[in-house]
Amino acid sequence: MTVAIHVENLTKRFNDLVAVDGISFDIEHGEIFGLLGPNGAGKTTTLSMLSTILKPTSGSAAINGIDIEHDEDGVRKSIGIVFQDQSLDEELTAWENMDFHGRLYRLAAEVRKQRTSELLQLVELEERKNDIVKTFSGGMRRRLEIARGLLHHPSVLFLDEPTLGLDPQTRNHLWQYIATLAREKGITIILTTHNMEEADRLCNRVAIIDHGRIIALDTPTNLKDGIGGDVVSIRTPNPEAIVASLNEPWVLRKEQHNGEVTISLQNAEHRISTIVTALNQRQIPIESISIHKPTLEDVFLSFTGKTIREQEADHKMNMRTYQRMMRH
Amino acid sequence: MDIIYTIWLRNMKRYIRSKSRIIGSISMPLFFLVFLGFGLNSVVQLPGLGGNYIVFLIPGMVAMSVLFTSVFSGIQIIWDKQFGFLKETLVAPVSRLEIMLGQTLGGATIAVLQGFMILVLSVFIGLHLSSLTGFLIALGFMILIGISFTAFGIAIASRMEDMTGFQLIMNFVIFPIFGLSGALFPISSLPAWIAPITLLDPLTYGVEGIRYGLTGFSQINPLISFTVIGGFTLVMTVLGAFLFRKIKF
Repeated sequence: MTVAIHVENLTKRFNDLVAVDGISFDIEHGEIFGLLGPNGAGKTTTLSMLSTILKPTSGSAAINGIDIEHDEDGVRKSIGIVFQDQSLDEELTAWENMDFHGRLYRLAAEVRKQRTSELLQLVELEERKNDIVKTFSGGMRRRLEIARGLLHHPSVLFLDEPTLGLDPQTRNHLWQYIATLAREKGITIILTTHNMEEADRLCNRVAIIDHGRIIALDTPTNLKDGIGGDVVSIRTPNPEAIVASLNEPWVLRKEQHNGEVTISLQNAEHRISTIVTALNQRQIPIESISIHKPTLEDVFLSFTGKTIREQEADHKMNMRTYQRMMRH
Repeated sequence: MDIIYTIWLRNMKRYIRSKSRIIGSISMPLFFLVFLGFGLNSVVQLPGLGGNYIVFLIPGMVAMSVLFTSVFSGIQIIWDKQFGFLKETLVAPVSRLEIMLGQTLGGATIAVLQGFMILVLSVFIGLHLSSLTGFLIALGFMILIGISFTAFGIAIASRMEDMTGFQLIMNFVIFPIFGLSGALFPISSLPAWIAPITLLDPLTYGVEGIRYGLTGFSQINPLISFTVIGGFTLVMTVLGAFLFRKIKF
């Protein structure tokens, strides 16, 4: 295996805000690599630096051995990008959008034609190729953008929140496309998401990113196993009492947030009655109790003490305070 | 060259598809021609053109059509910014200069086409094209107005985040440029204190140039007109390219 993307101590500062804080990782050829984290964690900033849209404040990165600062055009030729926000020309047809892209990347006319029809078939838009993009649904537009991003045969594809704002069915469909692409075309894919399921389903490895730092990096399975077996969530008016009372050696980890206690343990099915009995004896009320296999959400929670959604709410509040400060 | 052509081609495709825009931007100068032209023809006395106000007005309306269409085409980059399409272009391995030049030539082509339509319609209300040379001279000036003001629009669009400032630019920059250019009246008929301002207006030289080409009559020597509007085109293209290079996305 060879390295497709090499990132070392990459940092981006906007005035006194550190958006990306010295991250390092390597992505291997053919891998689907996910950057998972709440909005504002620095995922898009990282992608922007890797795709030469933003200049890093410090640190370095290379795509296929091409340095992102020294050879911008070299990097741009070898990557395809699907931006978070739509970037199609809505007044043009699907075919014309593809053709425009092919010309921008200086593909010869026959190559353009052949690849366009091939890719439109792949994303099942061949029949709509002469329709104006304005008439396309969100899912169709996304598929067209992915096809367009592949037109110049990039070895690395960047997907920034590829399924944001799509309905669950379309999302599932798109996940299948992306997985097929990586498998059949051997393309390296780096995607950002704040959707746990997306990271879990698609990615070979996931970097969990928060406040501009990578706080965990591994395969989804290893990340979840790291939590230790199963997760029991107990909702209660008195979470402190539960945390204080459950001290058995098989309790691997206890976490408390928002009136809910999550406990990591092995063989939860067998232990659950012991837990309930113990809490009853101490007269601690239980509103609800559930067992589930750990998800990446639990991983994020165990590393940050917050769920992704809470972290996003916090971040928004910080941004608002920051903006208010700037205004005064 | 191929990239410039690509951007130009996209502009043309969008133009041909926007029927409402084509008709919309022809109608304004056409109404001006008909209402002002016929309305004032008998009242206005002009030196040099046998008192024919319509014939005086036609070159002005051709210039107006080119001016408004080209500024609008340049400013359209803001839409590309807002709809995200500009990103697709800016992240490709091509130079910003090529993108800007393609956009400028696209906008200028559309503007000249719009002006040309007014020119053709004018033949039905009194314009007599006497020579091919005259027509080519007028066309040359139309092209220069088209290029310079598309570049001007791009320069403005490069510094604007959204369309909120558009109305302001139209009212306080483009309309005065049009009003002071001598498109509607001879610059010599203005009070002495305004006359120097009209000579600072680059469009004055464009209008005078077109008027010379179409009617053989002008108040400014066509060579001077050509030099000034040519110089203005160069300056605007450089400025537009410079500001476009600094767009962040």
